[in-house]
Amino acid sequence: MAKLWQVTKLIRSKNSGPFELTFDIIFKERAVYEKVRDARLINEDWFARTYRLKPEVVAIINYDAATAIKITIPRPVISGDVDDGDVFGGQQYGPLVDLEVPA
Amino acid sequence: MKEIRILSATGILGSGFREETMKRAMTLKPDFIGADCGSTDPGPHHLGSGEPQFSDAACKRDLRLMLLAARSAKIPVLVGSAMTAGTDAQVERLAGIAREIAHEEKLNFKLATIRSEQDRAYLKKRLKEGRIRPLANAPVFDEAVIDRSSHIVGMCGAEPYVEALQNGADVVIAGRSSDTSIFAAMPVMKGFNPATVWHMAKIMECGAASVVLRKYPDCNFAIVTDDYFIIEPPNPDYRCDPASVASHNLYENSTPYQLVEPSGILNTVNARYEAVSDRAVKVSGSTFEKADRYTIKLEGAELAGYQSIVIGSVRDPIILRQFDHWLENLINAARDRIRAVMGDSIDSRYRLDVRQFGRNAAMGVLEPDMSIGHEVGLLFQITAPEQKLANALAKSLSHIAVHYPVPEWTGLITSVAFPYSPAEIDKGASYRFNMNHVVEPDSPLEMFRIDYEKV
Repeated sequence: MAKLWQVTKLIRSKNSGPFELTFDIIFKERAVYEKVRDARLINEDWFARTYRLKPEVVAIINYDAATAIKITIPRPVISGDVDDGDVFGGQQYGPLVDLEVPA
Repeated sequence: MKEIRILSATGILGSGFREETMKRAMTLKPDFIGADCGSTDPGPHHLGSGEPQFSDAACKRDLRLMLLAARSAKIPVLVGSAMTAGTDAQVERLAGIAREIAHEEKLNFKLATIRSEQDRAYLKKRLKEGRIRPLANAPVFDEAVIDRSSHIVGMCGAEPYVEALQNGADVVIAGRSSDTSIFAAMPVMKGFNPATVWHMAKIMECGAASVVLRKYPDCNFAIVTDDYFIIEPPNPDYRCDPASVASHNLYENSTPYQLVEPSGILNTVNARYEAVSDRAVKVSGSTFEKADRYTIKLEGAELAGYQSIVIGSVRDPIILRQFDHWLENLINAARDRIRAVMGDSIDSRYRLDVRQFGRNAAMGVLEPDMSIGHEVGLLFQITAPEQKLANALAKSLSHIAVHYPVPEWTGLITSVAFPYSPAEIDKGASYRFNMNHVVEPDSPLEMFRIDYEKV
């Protein structure tokens, strides 16, 4: 087993426009990516539990061309609105970093 | 085979690029130089207030090098989303900078400006006709939203740029545009396959962002044919590989497989990314599906209020052990004090938000871990219709906060550490993005105004 950060080139979050938040998990090695992808470790239910959301708002895409998993959710608060804490959406990936994955 | 050569100066005008990289790129004989100059990334302030993200000086430095290079090679310069949000005043501001540069450098060119701010009556008409539709997670949109907005811009496609180029523009400065349209316009005008063109444009609009390790902002370069494009960074210290180029489709896009443009959708499901050297990548295989209805995305921002903030931190372990309870009571006490000063009717005229750094300040309601460390940072934020009122309320709040008790200590305590005197900081106007909608115009040019001048 390994932590997700150890097997990835990049874990990031970012606005996809002011109304959506998107997460990219880009793996170093195709074999590890395929293992994590096929084990469906990063799935709608797990992500929703981790981020305190309903699973039906979580969209997950496997992107083989870049050995990456992408997750998109509606922004709970519009970017830069009075109660937003992260205008760029850049610091939302913390809970993903130490996920245990097969390596 | 016919080809077109494209130089992207940088990911966002004003963030910079290396002068020597542009010199090297010019030896590759680009057909035009493009740069995006805007984004919604830095939030609603720039659209709401009209103030740009970057300084005039930073934009002038970048634009000067682009204009000098392009005029000496007799190729066009295309800049989109002028001065962050692409309001009419921001287009004029960047056009003014271009005129200054022309004067200082003794350059002559035909300048086209494309204005993208939207007429309120036009939008209300299209709304009545049912020709304004919501996109994902859109807020309510009605006539009141149109009236409340301080600025509304339409995000233009490639067509206004094509129109300007066909009318002989040497330099185009546009209001809000899709980032890709800046780079797609000339290849589309020359009849290149839209699939390779729009895919190239998505990679190029971010400058050097698609290289393996982007250490600083810089130029990028692409050669486009009908069947493929090749991307090779002109900075010899940078390289692209198939993964870095494929990964760029993920960037600030909800899916890497689709890119929605006013005129259609780029589909990259069957795209192939092949290394042609250790620093160049060939991309082919995408498709472009023309949209049934041409659409223009709207961006609007409205005033949310004026803010005063108070920043402080709490270090006492006794307070931290009962933090949620202490903070809740503090906020109630502050609201009581504000009522005592201003009367009960004040409740509906302000909002008080508290951010807890060290707990959930970054993630808010998404945060799964609310545990407390040895210190918590607090940011109290008052939002009210006038700055003076926000400041007055913040003054009442900060005095309650700084002495708010816990039962374990007797006597008057000082419970919050303030880094500033005064503790209250006026933050000015705060804006809110208030639409995520598209309009169906009769033609791609209908919502935009193009003017020409000899500079």
